[in-house]
Amino acid sequence: MTTVHLDEVQKRFGDVHALDGIDLEVAEGEFVSLIGPSGCGKSTLLRVVADLEQPTSGGVLVGGKSPHQARVDQDYGIAFQQAGLLEWRSVVENVELPLHVHGVDKATRRSRAIELLELVGLADFAQSRPSELSGGMQQRVAIARALAPSPRLLLMDEPFGALDEMTRERMQAELLRIARETAAAVLFVTHSIPEAVVLSDRVVVMSPRPGRITDVVTGERPGVDRDVDDVRESSAFFSAITAVREALRKGHP
Amino acid sequence: MTRAVPGAAGVDAGPRRSGSGWPPVAFGVGLLALWELVVRLAGVPEFLLPAPSAIAEQVGAQFSVILPTTAVTGGNALVGLVAGFVLGVALALLAAGARVVGELVTPVVLAASAVPIVALAPVFTTMFGSTTEIPRRLVVTVVVTVPVFVATARGLRQVRPVHDELMTALAATPWQHARFVRLPGAVPHIMTGLRLAAPAAVIASIVAEYFGGPQNGLGSRITSAAANTAYARAWAFVAASIALGLLFHFAGLLVERLVTRSRTT
Repeated sequence: MTTVHLDEVQKRFGDVHALDGIDLEVAEGEFVSLIGPSGCGKSTLLRVVADLEQPTSGGVLVGGKSPHQARVDQDYGIAFQQAGLLEWRSVVENVELPLHVHGVDKATRRSRAIELLELVGLADFAQSRPSELSGGMQQRVAIARALAPSPRLLLMDEPFGALDEMTRERMQAELLRIARETAAAVLFVTHSIPEAVVLSDRVVVMSPRPGRITDVVTGERPGVDRDVDDVRESSAFFSAITAVREALRKGHP
Repeated sequence: MTRAVPGAAGVDAGPRRSGSGWPPVAFGVGLLALWELVVRLAGVPEFLLPAPSAIAEQVGAQFSVILPTTAVTGGNALVGLVAGFVLGVALALLAAGARVVGELVTPVVLAASAVPIVALAPVFTTMFGSTTEIPRRLVVTVVVTVPVFVATARGLRQVRPVHDELMTALAATPWQHARFVRLPGAVPHIMTGLRLAAPAAVIASIVAEYFGGPQNGLGSRITSAAANTAYARAWAFVAASIALGLLFHFAGLLVERLVTRSRTT
């Protein structure tokens, strides 16, 4: 059973070939990163999966359903580069938002939101306003919000792109733990090679004009028995980085 | 709630405290003193300009009349303000909700802003009769609806793209989109519209009284006092009008501050 299934997906914006002949499968619980230079269509690909963009041709299945049905059923959670919290709602109310939209009763959605805030380590800030939180904390709230409907798939569009390097590494460790605990599959768009390697089971390398997949590199996602920081210092990590870098250069001479 | 949050973005939407309010008050008192001096020394006739002391005397003497008179005009302004506010927000929501409705409603509301209230007042008075406050309240409603509509419509349009995307990804209905994102996001704009409309409501309420109806408000008292050559008394009612206008102005300001501040702290 695959979580995401893309078959010969094409997307054109007028004359621009944003995506061309994309074949990709994301298995259940798998962490897949999309990496490539600006304009390679990695964000567009994510948006096609999220049903925020319609493919020009090709087949898309999300959890065995059409992307539209998956969106309506809240089968995926999504996080953007900006946390996009609603500043007039408290932190816990922000996490509740997807459940609120889906008509879940107040008590249920509140207890679920508190549970998720504990998962992202922000239970103490449930009643705070988003503006009281740092950028990293806001992004953690956004991740908690994405997880609210217990999705089997998490779509993330450069969620750590606006964070400083130290915060970013901490957030990567957090995300690995969260992905393990929820067993959700993750489709993750990033610009950062080390980030893609340390997080992913597979790193999908893309090239622009037209946007297509040029290579797939095995990532160094740590299992339960391995610490992220050990991975970051391992030789396998560095050779995977080199492999991704070479794949990027190959697709972009 | 104060917590030491490292790197927290402090949002200060509080009022600007620019020292004390004394300099303008002192300036105003100085102007009044100058006015008094000029009137006395130059012997300005009363029908041209009564001295502030004479006006103050009339305010004291007429206080039992001024208070209910101000209440009538203020009441009309308030009823019209509330009605116009509700109407303005509702119309803006409708206009933002459906493109067709927006294209129909927006020009009509904007055309209403071009209608001078002096033109409306006599017509409304003839329509509803001269024994009721309804025409005046309607005039105020029309005057208030426009700025509230414009401000609300602008606020509803200024949704952050990431919020739009989020609500789409969450498969929110248009109504949920409005209730969860558009309307709360527009609140600061709506409050600005209310603040601008509040003093205008008082002006409309007074001016509407010049065109018939019960002789119980500030506008009618000013005309009748002036017609009876009681100039200082006319000015006393003018002073009450100014006070009423200021009251609405500061009330609008206060509501705006309270609402926008409770959102950011």
